[in-house]
Amino acid sequence: MSRILIINLIRFVVLVALQVFLLKNISLYNLSTPYLYILFILLLPFETPNVVLFALAFVLGLTIDSFYDTPGLHAASCTLLALVRIMFISITVQKDGFDNEPEPTLSIMGFRWFFTYALILTLFHHFFLFNLEVFRFDEIDYTLSRFIFSSIFTVFLMLVSGLLFFRKKERK
Amino acid sequence: MRNLLIFITKYNAFFLFLIFMISSLIIYIKYNSFQKASFINSTNQVTGNLYAKADEFKGYLSLKEVNDKLAKENAELRNELCSSKYVDTISKHQVTDSVYKQQYVYIPAQVISNSVNKRNNYLTISRGSKDGIAKGMGVTSADGVVGKVVFVGEHLSIVQSLLHKDSRFSAMLATNKAIGYLQWGEDMDPHKGLLVDVSNNAQPKVGELVVTSELSLFPAGIPIGKVSKLNAKGGGFFLNMEVALSVDFGKLEYVDVVINKFALEQTTLEAQEKKADE
Repeated sequence: MSRILIINLIRFVVLVALQVFLLKNISLYNLSTPYLYILFILLLPFETPNVVLFALAFVLGLTIDSFYDTPGLHAASCTLLALVRIMFISITVQKDGFDNEPEPTLSIMGFRWFFTYALILTLFHHFFLFNLEVFRFDEIDYTLSRFIFSSIFTVFLMLVSGLLFFRKKERK
Repeated sequence: MRNLLIFITKYNAFFLFLIFMISSLIIYIKYNSFQKASFINSTNQVTGNLYAKADEFKGYLSLKEVNDKLAKENAELRNELCSSKYVDTISKHQVTDSVYKQQYVYIPAQVISNSVNKRNNYLTISRGSKDGIAKGMGVTSADGVVGKVVFVGEHLSIVQSLLHKDSRFSAMLATNKAIGYLQWGEDMDPHKGLLVDVSNNAQPKVGELVVTSELSLFPAGIPIGKVSKLNAKGGGFFLNMEVALSVDFGKLEYVDVVINKFALEQTTLEAQEKKADE
């Protein structure tokens, strides 16, 4: 239990640091800006209570907001992300049948499931984020292209990090 | 109560989502002025668009009326244009000249006698033909328009005050330059004037400044008063409005006579033109 806590704490710090110090400065043609920090919410254990999940998502969002100077923007997006995560997992995964509290990582759940999971959650998060940020319909085409290219970039980075921490023996 | 609790715990994800989403959106809208402004703006846009649509539709209903009105107005304006065409071009020419040359000269004068409570009021001022004053010159004070010189003696002259049955000065609304005529109000209040014959599309507001127009004896833009009441009685087709005069005629002490240096040139040219016409 404490191992999971420590791992997630480290993950939180590393992902936030990576996001605000490295990825914040990366932007391909001003269209594609990755938001890899949501990987933290994606990788929380299945057994996480909903209250904790929402609270963590909110705190993570506010942390990112404080660096991006947009109070509430990422917090709102992460809250939506947490809801989508709960719904997605309740649809695709049976609650019981996991021993030693597995996490929805690439190595445990397999590539296909993880790819769908990451893709759908990222799309929801990014769509909400970009539209809330721009907040007008005039620039919808620019917003949508930013949304699509950023989502591709983010999902790509998620898969890379999943493969980077791939542990073969855990795969069932 | 128990069922409610069961319901809430069963769908706890949704309720938690609502709580966190609402709080983050409150933070977002409260601390980001752009979204705050555009949130209000976009609602205004919706209502504004609806209003514009309704107005467009309403416009069709009164098309015939408006058409008649415009036709009449066109005829009237064309009449005015023909009769004033020559003067108009002259004055425009002078305006461009006046950048380099002084066109108007002010001569200060003392008010010797004055009246405000008759139907036709005159002032006597302490300057005459010796000082270069001639009949027909405009008279102003520091506050605004006073009147027009009608008789000139050697040392004194008589000014027909604005408070006179026959006083009519070309004036305009300061904001949209809609031209009309200023005359004394019919109830003979020395503080009230009447701005008449303003075109119907001028949309005046109460409190708007009324100034002299370029067609008057005076340099354009000398204050006359402020619109105090719309829809004054009398006058048929055009807008009439009451004007609170800026000059307190009862307390006039010093006035300025305005000499238009190009007036002589203008009148001689006009006379020549008339002769040529004959």
